[in-house]
Amino acid sequence: MAVLVRRPQTVDFSVAKVLRFLRKQTPAPSYLFLIPMAVFSMLPIVYVISTAFKPLEELLLFPPPFLVRRPTLDNFQDLLLATNALAVPFTRYLFNSIFVVLTTVMLQVLMCSMCAYPLSKARVLPGRNFIFGMIVAALMFAPQVTRIPQYLVVQKIGLIDTYGALILPALAWSYGLFMMKQFMDNAVPNELIEAARVDGAQEWTIFWNIVMPNVAPAWNTLLIFGFIQLWNDSFSPLVFTRSEAMKTVSVAMISLTNGPASIARQGAQAAAAFLMTAPTITVFLLRQAKVIETMAHSGIKS
Amino acid sequence: MWFRATEAFQWFEQGGNGMAGRTEVMTSRGMVSTAARPEGLALFWQKFGTSYLFMAPFLIFFAIFVVAPVLTAVYLSFTYFNVLEAPRFIGWSNYKLLFLEDDVFIIAIANTLTFAIITGPVGFFLSFMFAWLINPLKLKTPLALCFYAPSITGAVAMGVVWKIVFSGDRYGYLNNWLLGIGVIDEPYQFLAEQAAIMPVIMFVALWMSMGTGFLVFLAGLQTVPGDLYEAGKMDGIRNPLQEVWYITLPMIKPQLLFGSVMAVVAGFSVFEVATSLAGLPSPLYAGHTIVAHMYDFAFIRFEMGYATTVAVFLFLLTFGLGRLLMRMFSSKNEY
Repeated sequence: MAVLVRRPQTVDFSVAKVLRFLRKQTPAPSYLFLIPMAVFSMLPIVYVISTAFKPLEELLLFPPPFLVRRPTLDNFQDLLLATNALAVPFTRYLFNSIFVVLTTVMLQVLMCSMCAYPLSKARVLPGRNFIFGMIVAALMFAPQVTRIPQYLVVQKIGLIDTYGALILPALAWSYGLFMMKQFMDNAVPNELIEAARVDGAQEWTIFWNIVMPNVAPAWNTLLIFGFIQLWNDSFSPLVFTRSEAMKTVSVAMISLTNGPASIARQGAQAAAAFLMTAPTITVFLLRQAKVIETMAHSGIKS
Repeated sequence: MWFRATEAFQWFEQGGNGMAGRTEVMTSRGMVSTAARPEGLALFWQKFGTSYLFMAPFLIFFAIFVVAPVLTAVYLSFTYFNVLEAPRFIGWSNYKLLFLEDDVFIIAIANTLTFAIITGPVGFFLSFMFAWLINPLKLKTPLALCFYAPSITGAVAMGVVWKIVFSGDRYGYLNNWLLGIGVIDEPYQFLAEQAAIMPVIMFVALWMSMGTGFLVFLAGLQTVPGDLYEAGKMDGIRNPLQEVWYITLPMIKPQLLFGSVMAVVAGFSVFEVATSLAGLPSPLYAGHTIVAHMYDFAFIRFEMGYATTVAVFLFLLTFGLGRLLMRMFSSKNEY
């Protein structure tokens, strides 16, 4: 939203003046400050991407060159070889990550949306405040707090070392439900739903054909956030699985960097870091407009 | 909003009378009486069943994987439990041990508090400042992406890069540079010296801190109507600082609250950044955090009872701070 430019009425050399100058009178000082910060912010990521394509002699060069000179795919090959020495090939970790993340994210978004619908739109719903209160309370504690008893629950149900252990606990995603409910409150007019009810539409039809298309930005956002969070998560696979065949890329990453001979595997490490980083950034890039639109509604009104 | 099931009570008042024969149903159009209708539970189900069916999948998983674990944690924190044998009730012993005898935990608390007190507010402030600065600019989107990108990279993957930057030999970028300009004579052990570990962790965490909060602020700023600023000028608002204080901040208060809750939780649950940089356990526990302590006891020593005591402590801490924030933000002038 464009903010109108104001001319200074009085001579005023306060902090406020400087701030106004920075922000509005001319955007140049703003850019002078922000662009270096943005570049600094991106440096490590650029380094990861560029290093993944460096040939061995550039990796061992001193001082290490920041950008790649002769790009090659050797490191990815090296990654496959390095992990072949482990119990399972790298492609297995990759498959696990992709399978678990995609399944979880789709179930998460569906379940959060379904739960958010009555919470947001039912006329009367006994227990609504209690349920939503619990969700907000769940936002307020570190996810790691529940991991130990979660581990015991998962163990009791007999899920340890299965895909279920990686998928099911992640489905209780209070953050996702919270964002979806806030968005529905604001983005779906009640009249629309009332009109459909008067026309005799079933609740599921209303949900699927009216509500869901209207909250498309929200579920796009949740897909991205869920994807990023699960893709980066190394806690669950470390704790809930035992055999190598069930681990994900993030865990393979840890064993690559911490294991013995980790120095000899610099190329493989760089390639793995690239594979960890690139998907999240790509996914976000593709959908960032929807994310911003959704986030506007995600405040907590106390 | 917490623990107020008023609607349920309302229904029980109405529905309870309904058992006696006369039922009135609240709808948006007012009280409607109808003759033949199911009563009691059947009525309840007819009216709200669909709603509960919609909520059931999420709530079942929420109960199993969030509510039950939290309750179990509270119970287990009063037991000795090593996974192999059944938990044995030992009263407050774990808590006594935790606060009175566990020196490492005290280090963990000190580290976590230092971390949270510095990175929380600084990260929050930086997020708001950057969001506010880039909001009116043309290059808003690319800049936003640059600031946001670090937060979506995994701490584990980025640990590789930062380890090279802070590497303790002369091949590390930072050491190499400092040696080059002559500030130091021999490489400094950034990831092994006790004094340097927490600052390094905080630096990397701040680099990654423009996350959800930043996006929420950026989105919130876009929703502030422009004519409000016009009106503010009429009312004598002189400079951008006043504008921020009297117009922008109150308008995006819900977003600020959300961002602050997220910042508190992130601050107190610091774990992956710390362990991927300094290891677990870190040299002299200099990078040890509350969650690292919990992880250590739970999944390395398998002393689950004690580990859940740490978890309960952390839970109470973040939850209490969250409530405090909600009170702080709501007690300010209401609009």
